[in-house]
Amino acid sequence: MSEKKKVNIPVLNAIVGFFKKIGRGIKTFFIRIRRFLRHIFAVKSMRSLGGDIFVMIFLILFSAMMFVPMLYVICNSLKPYDELFLYPPRFFVHHITFDNFKNLSIVMSNSYVPFTRYFFNTVFITVVGTGLHVIFASMAAYSLEKIHFRGQNAFFSLVVVALLFTPNVTSIPNFIIMSRLHLVDTYWALIMPAIGSAMGLFLMKQFMSSIHDAMLEAARIDGAGELKIFFTIVMPNVKPAWLTLIIFSATDLWNNTGGVLIRTEQIKPLAFALQQISQGGLARAGVAGAISVLLMSVPIILFITTQSQVLDTMASSGIKE
Amino acid sequence: MSKSPLACDWRQNWKKDRVAIAFLLPYAIFFVTFTVLPVVISIIYGFTYYNIFQPTRLIWFQNYIRLMTSDSVFPIALQNTLKFAIICGPGGYILSYLVAWMINEISSKIRMLFVLICYSPTIAGSIYVVFSVLFSGDAYGYINSTLMEYGIVDKPIEWLTDPNYISTVIIICVLWGSMGAGFLSFVAGFRTIDTQFYEAAAIDGLRNRWQELWYVTLPMMKPQLLFGATMSITSAFSIHQQTIALAGYPSTEDSVTTIVNLMVDYGYQRFDLGYASAMATVLFLMMLVSRWAINKLIARTGT
Repeated sequence: MSEKKKVNIPVLNAIVGFFKKIGRGIKTFFIRIRRFLRHIFAVKSMRSLGGDIFVMIFLILFSAMMFVPMLYVICNSLKPYDELFLYPPRFFVHHITFDNFKNLSIVMSNSYVPFTRYFFNTVFITVVGTGLHVIFASMAAYSLEKIHFRGQNAFFSLVVVALLFTPNVTSIPNFIIMSRLHLVDTYWALIMPAIGSAMGLFLMKQFMSSIHDAMLEAARIDGAGELKIFFTIVMPNVKPAWLTLIIFSATDLWNNTGGVLIRTEQIKPLAFALQQISQGGLARAGVAGAISVLLMSVPIILFITTQSQVLDTMASSGIKE
Repeated sequence: MSKSPLACDWRQNWKKDRVAIAFLLPYAIFFVTFTVLPVVISIIYGFTYYNIFQPTRLIWFQNYIRLMTSDSVFPIALQNTLKFAIICGPGGYILSYLVAWMINEISSKIRMLFVLICYSPTIAGSIYVVFSVLFSGDAYGYINSTLMEYGIVDKPIEWLTDPNYISTVIIICVLWGSMGAGFLSFVAGFRTIDTQFYEAAAIDGLRNRWQELWYVTLPMMKPQLLFGATMSITSAFSIHQQTIALAGYPSTEDSVTTIVNLMVDYGYQRFDLGYASAMATVLFLMMLVSRWAINKLIARTGT
């Protein structure tokens, strides 16, 4: 037997070995494809491949459609002048140029109020509004969720109903309040409503319910005051929630144009100034694209960096009856 | 005699509550002043004539009578608001639920990209303005030039000025931006459902994913559904920036003028703030009623 196996023809062996290798290669290739497919379509029970493919195709088409306006703005910001006014209009950019961004900086440097001022206004409003909102809303959420007091349920149901009344629908009565408080035409007219936003407290309170009371009780027995517990135990544990609050609040404030609440040019936010530039007509078409790209990039980058924490927070966002 | 223990009880409770209230107070001041008070204010000022410059005059129901009888635009605005709310509210709601569900069906790496693309219209500020270029009424508009290139129409359609088309364009634009906080809540909510339930359901004889969605997932996501509904109601009733950006104000024959459009016009252009407050009150009432109705509806799913 062993003698027989020793008899070997080198050429044949080489050929057989070669085919074996190819066969193994093909097999591993198919296994890899299958593993890859399983990886893409998280295979659960009751999952037909047809359904997976349908879902995938639908999602790709749908998100492509969702992306069209953003893509249009990005393409426009990179188009040279002659491509902006082609007939028939061309969607995609052929010769990429950064002239529009350069022009934007020229337009900016020629403005009546220096652009650093607009930028400062927006940053100030966003940072102060978001910061105070996060701290105050977290404190209130801690009070509702972990300290308990009479009337807390009533207060919380008020907050849940108030989720309906966003600044969009309360703008008129809000303006009356602002003018009565003599806050029109100050930063505070934009900052204060953002601090009292119902969404922040709601999300924070729902998320805080995941902290175990035992941990807080232990700290209380050790003699820690509520303030100390709040800052050293609660706040580090709800990091995903305050990142989410930052996203929601900062996005709103960043995109706020001030509207009727701010009249003085010196304290108008960046979004307003950029909106004015992009309304400069045909000659500004490319610059308008550049502006939109700049404006939207900040919230989108913020969201990308905190996406998983935001989703963690939103998982507890349900309203329980 | 009987009062003293009560008073003592009160004092003790007050000591306990004091810390809680101290924590709540900074937020509560801003919340009450700028979220609750506006609703109260609009109810109160709805009964008055107020234009900032002159002293406030109490005129009782005259604003509401004017709204219902002599205002020629308000009934149209009411109709438009309801139309948009009925189409865009449930439309955006169902769309974001279905898309969130589909996103949950695929693996986690690509999932994040889809979430980002679907959510970005909400955070990208005023990108909806782009729709006015895509749907521009002349031959330079992308939709028009494409349609003409393929010979479907021979002259440009006036998407943004023809009353037959504007509301459709607005609805498309609003639906495009309807994947907001509710959508995120759905995406996150799907991840929290334990896979054991699906396995149990498979043993119990559910055959495909569509049945699974209806019988298992939907009832388990009631809290998220309620949250999403609240978000949808607010955004559906407050449509106004899109109509101004696309159709201008006033739009042709007021075909897409909403209550918020009209409210902003009366409030900030004509400074008839009492009248605008009356409109706001009507709007708040409609929102609260629809929220109540939807809560009742959602409470019934899966029973």
